[in-house]
Amino acid sequence: MKIVVCVKEVPDTAIALKVKSDSPEIETENIPWVINPYDEYAIEEALRLREKFDGDITVITFGAERAESVLKSCIALGSDRSIRINDKSVKDRDSLVTSKILARVIQNIGYDIILCGKESVDYGYAQTGQMIAELLQIPCISAIKKLEIPALTIEATCHREIEGGLEVVKCSLPSVFTAQKGLNVPRYASLSGIMKAKKTKIETLEPDALDLNTFDFKPKIKITNLSYPPKRQEGKIIHGTLPDTAKELLRSLKEARYI
Amino acid sequence: MSEKEIWVIAEYGDEGIKKSTWEVVTAAKELAGHLKVKPVGVILGNGIERFAEELSRELESVYFIEHPLLSKYDSNAYVSSLYSLIKDKKPDIIIVSATFRGKDYIPMLSAKLDCGLISDCVGFDAKDTILFKRAVYGGRLIATFKFEESELWIVTVRPRCFEYKRTETIKGEILQVKPVLGQQDIMTAIQEIIKETTNRPDLSEADIIVSGGRGMKGAENFKLLEEMADVLGGAVSASRAVVDSGWLPHTYQIGQTGRVVSPMLYIACGISGAPQHLAGMSTSKCIVAINKDPNAPIFKIADYGIVDDLFKVVPVLIKELKS
Amino acid sequence: MEKFDCVIIGAGPAGVAAALTLVRKGLTVAVFERGEYPGSKNLFGGVLYSTVLNKLIPEFWKEASVERHITKRRYSILSKNSEMAVEFGFEDFNHPPFNNSFTVLRAKFDRWFAQKAEDAGAVIFTETVVDDFIYDKGKVSGIKARREGGDVYADVVVCAEGANSLLTEKAGLKKKPLPHQMITAVKEIISIPKDVIEDRFNLSDNEGMALEFFGGAVKGMIGSGFIYTNKDSLSVGVGCPISAMKENNMKPNDLLESFKSHPVVKKLLRGGKTEELSAKMIPELGYKTLPKLIADGLLIVGDAGGFVNPSLYREGTNMAMYSGVAAAETILEARQSGDFSEKGLQGYIKKLEESFVMEDLERYGDVPEKLSEMPQLFKEYPDAILKMVQGYFTISDLPKDELHRQAWNGFKDNISMWKLLLDMYKARKAVL
Ligand SMILES: Cc1cc2nc3c(=O)[nH]c(=O)nc-3n(C[C@H](O)[C@H](O)[C@H](O)COP(=O)(O)OP(=O)(O)OC[C@H]3O[C@@H](n4cnc5c(N)ncnc54)[C@H](O)[C@@H]3O)c2cc1C
Ligand SMILES: Cc1cc2nc3c(=O)[nH]c(=O)nc-3n(C[C@H](O)[C@H](O)[C@H](O)COP(=O)(O)OP(=O)(O)OC[C@H]3O[C@@H](n4cnc5c(N)ncnc54)[C@H](O)[C@@H]3O)c2cc1C
Ligand SMILES: Nc1ncnc2c1ncn2[C@@H]1O[C@H](COP(=O)(O)O)[C@@H](O)[C@H]1O
Repeated sequence: MKIVVCVKEVPDTAIALKVKSDSPEIETENIPWVINPYDEYAIEEALRLREKFDGDITVITFGAERAESVLKSCIALGSDRSIRINDKSVKDRDSLVTSKILARVIQNIGYDIILCGKESVDYGYAQTGQMIAELLQIPCISAIKKLEIPALTIEATCHREIEGGLEVVKCSLPSVFTAQKGLNVPRYASLSGIMKAKKTKIETLEPDALDLNTFDFKPKIKITNLSYPPKRQEGKIIHGTLPDTAKELLRSLKEARYI
Repeated sequence: MSEKEIWVIAEYGDEGIKKSTWEVVTAAKELAGHLKVKPVGVILGNGIERFAEELSRELESVYFIEHPLLSKYDSNAYVSSLYSLIKDKKPDIIIVSATFRGKDYIPMLSAKLDCGLISDCVGFDAKDTILFKRAVYGGRLIATFKFEESELWIVTVRPRCFEYKRTETIKGEILQVKPVLGQQDIMTAIQEIIKETTNRPDLSEADIIVSGGRGMKGAENFKLLEEMADVLGGAVSASRAVVDSGWLPHTYQIGQTGRVVSPMLYIACGISGAPQHLAGMSTSKCIVAINKDPNAPIFKIADYGIVDDLFKVVPVLIKELKS
Repeated sequence: MEKFDCVIIGAGPAGVAAALTLVRKGLTVAVFERGEYPGSKNLFGGVLYSTVLNKLIPEFWKEASVERHITKRRYSILSKNSEMAVEFGFEDFNHPPFNNSFTVLRAKFDRWFAQKAEDAGAVIFTETVVDDFIYDKGKVSGIKARREGGDVYADVVVCAEGANSLLTEKAGLKKKPLPHQMITAVKEIISIPKDVIEDRFNLSDNEGMALEFFGGAVKGMIGSGFIYTNKDSLSVGVGCPISAMKENNMKPNDLLESFKSHPVVKKLLRGGKTEELSAKMIPELGYKTLPKLIADGLLIVGDAGGFVNPSLYREGTNMAMYSGVAAAETILEARQSGDFSEKGLQGYIKKLEESFVMEDLERYGDVPEKLSEMPQLFKEYPDAILKMVQGYFTISDLPKDELHRQAWNGFKDNISMWKLLLDMYKARKAVL
């Protein structure tokens, strides 16, 4: 089974971000980067599928050199091959540009299953997996929390989260799945895995070599401004003791018509 | 030359058109005013005339895409049917609610049409062009986007970011559309829908959400929050600490890696207010925090706070609400 | 899992200095760090004294993540709302090696330093906690890391785990420190634009200032408050012995808040935005209470070994690096004979004894104890002195002589002159 996993590096969510003063971007100097949390579920699912069906896992990212550390963490977990498509020449991009590039590389690699995260927690587009599927003309089931592929079949059954419940959906392979939290519990890399990762060299590709139309590199949406959200007014602490505080709270909520 | 159109693609359930769709209808009308285009509804399915009619109460025209193969949702069938209609009618904008379903097929539609998509918008600004606002980096920053050289604009909007203003003054026309669909267009098959077994509203639709954190101490104590939610007619949710401890399933998690909600009222009990949690709820209209630590960051964003033991406060609240 | 020549626990200044020294001599070294990256758990910034670092990486300031070099120092005693201060500025410190004092943000600096070791060939495992040592006939022969395949073997292990030294205690080399030997420190990084910092502290580009505050800064407890200037932020914090905090019923955060809201401090921080808050414990063991530093196959370096200069000049990082280098050199010597037993590692103790580390520790070893015997030093005296001085400077209709008399009498009534002089003498002997 040929499994392809798309992973992306994102700024660590635990730190405060600063916006550049002269462009709608964040200051990236010296901030910690991590693998997009949803992609961790994707890679874990890939490892489990390989355990069941054999085959190989290729992990790809479209990103800066710095992003190689994310690929290395996937090697440490046990992926077989890792490719970075250098994003230096494609500075402005939207999900569609990214998807076209990823889809082309995936096509060249060959695939039975493509796994992505449900969304990346930096820009939170939640588009890439679905777009890749459309470009490759294969099915996509997004935000899955369970994936079952019985042995000797090419049919997958998924649980997908929807408002107020779950949908049980079937599709045939090859197919794209985007991973939602709950799909699995990612493992930790073993020490020997980490050692191996440190010694592995990552393949890199230039987008120019992909034989895409220059038009495909033109983004169709653009960020014009990036700013801090309006600060919520610090509210008031209701001082006193019970039951007065509780009564006062309910009185205020009623007055403001929240209840 | 026909009039330019803005389309709202409707979502419906057993009880009719979803509230999230009505919010988009309101947003679409607002946008239509700025762009001088006509708001039009689109609905796909089979045997759902009543929903098409319901939609036409708010919109002058509704395209009703009907086909037996559309009786169940399938992303590819949706995309194919919409694709031909779009090629035919050439709308200017398509706007859809960013529900799980909207998020599922809309990116495919955008890829097929090779046009721009701005997803999960929380608002817009009408300047020389329309600027769309989105929360990025887990809600820590707000980004404004615009479209560039895209013939068609596709936008999804986060539920509850626009308030539905009911008008119901018109009886719009319903235009039947018969798409050409074959079995080969169906790529996925919904086997069943497992509904959650609660009578409480879904998180995305609830006006009031009562949420518990690690301070709840254990799964068994969530009965307390459920009781309060039931008195208030609200839903129950949780922080990741709760979900990771296995006290509640993942679907209950609010935050950056959980659900994003913006109810009228969010009551946080025993939640410290980590940035990743705030990412999921800081756009709530009113936030109440009950926490025994006066330095908990949640108090920095709460409209009302009570510094006390939640196991003492919540029962009193329930009692007072009931009386 | 393969075997390494040396395994190091902790990628702080001590562990990395040891690693760098060893890999440069061709040894295979694995460093284990529990944090997401080196420095990620060491959020606090401070002043790095760099005599050792400058030997390890000459002219490191050209490439390292340093914030500013310290050219100005200010010491003040605060009372409730007054200040008595001395400030020193040295133009000479504006030239290399910049008096070997730099402000750094540890999250950046530690990361850079560890990268140097990695570039030189060390293998650094991050997000990997070491739970225990592996023993072979009583000799430490490896470590147990909390990961699959986590048993890692080595000729010798260097424990550089920092102040919270659970493993050193586990190995039976150290007792839990007593409360008065532990200092809790809380610190915030407060961002302020670069030009505002330079204006406010009267600094030019890259110049920095270290400000220490005593007395009312920390509610009259033994300890101090500090402000260090970074590039576009200030490191602001307070540190006091845990025992004093308990006695005064203070929580670390409250103490920091009260320091920040002192009128003198508040002015220096205005307009700033708090970026991060961290709390940490530092042991200030002193010479007499140092742990046992070597065992068969094991050396203890850095804070884990208790090398923090307990005088008012904290010099933890420099001592940590020195001890790391000394441990590494000892290991290199021990390799000659292949003897990594406690006896074979004796050279480490010798190196420390012959260096500034032990000399300073010995010299200042009992400062905390001595000072804790004189609480009035930080409480009554500053208040009384400042009140008296205020009396002298106050402008009013009364004749000057009368004012001065009043001020002096007020002081005398509060403080016994005899005791003051005695205390000043004792304090001077302890600290200087
Ligand atoms: C990549 C990433 C993604 C994340 N995504 C999310 C996410 O989507 N959602 C999320 O919630 N978190 C998320 N987190 C985790 C987040 O950082 C916090 O760890 C988490 O939100 C903490 O949950 P909590 O507030 O319930 O627990 P705690 O932080 O432990 O807070 C418990 C609070 O309860 C109070 N308390 C205790 N007992 C009582 C009592 N008897 N009465 C009143 N108060 C009491 C305490 O004072 C405390 O403030 C994420 C983290 C990472 C790294
Ligand atoms: C508030 C404050 C201000 C200070 N100011 C100054 C100052 O201005 N100047 C100065 O020179 N010094 C200062 N110090 C002291 C200085 O920080 C320390 O002396 C120095 O960091 C010691 O270095 P180290 O390498 O021994 O330990 P640390 O820097 O503490 O590094 C230990 C490392 O080991 C890791 N670790 C611990 N246990 C394990 C384990 N079991 N498994 C894996 N990894 C583990 C930790 O995550 C950590 O990264 C200050 C300290 C504090 C608390
Ligand atoms: N630059 C990229 N390189 C590799 N995979 C990506 C990239 N961007 C997005 N993805 C994948 O697409 C998923 C959804 O991302 P997004 O559509 O950006 O929210 C991510 O979780 C990744 O799996």
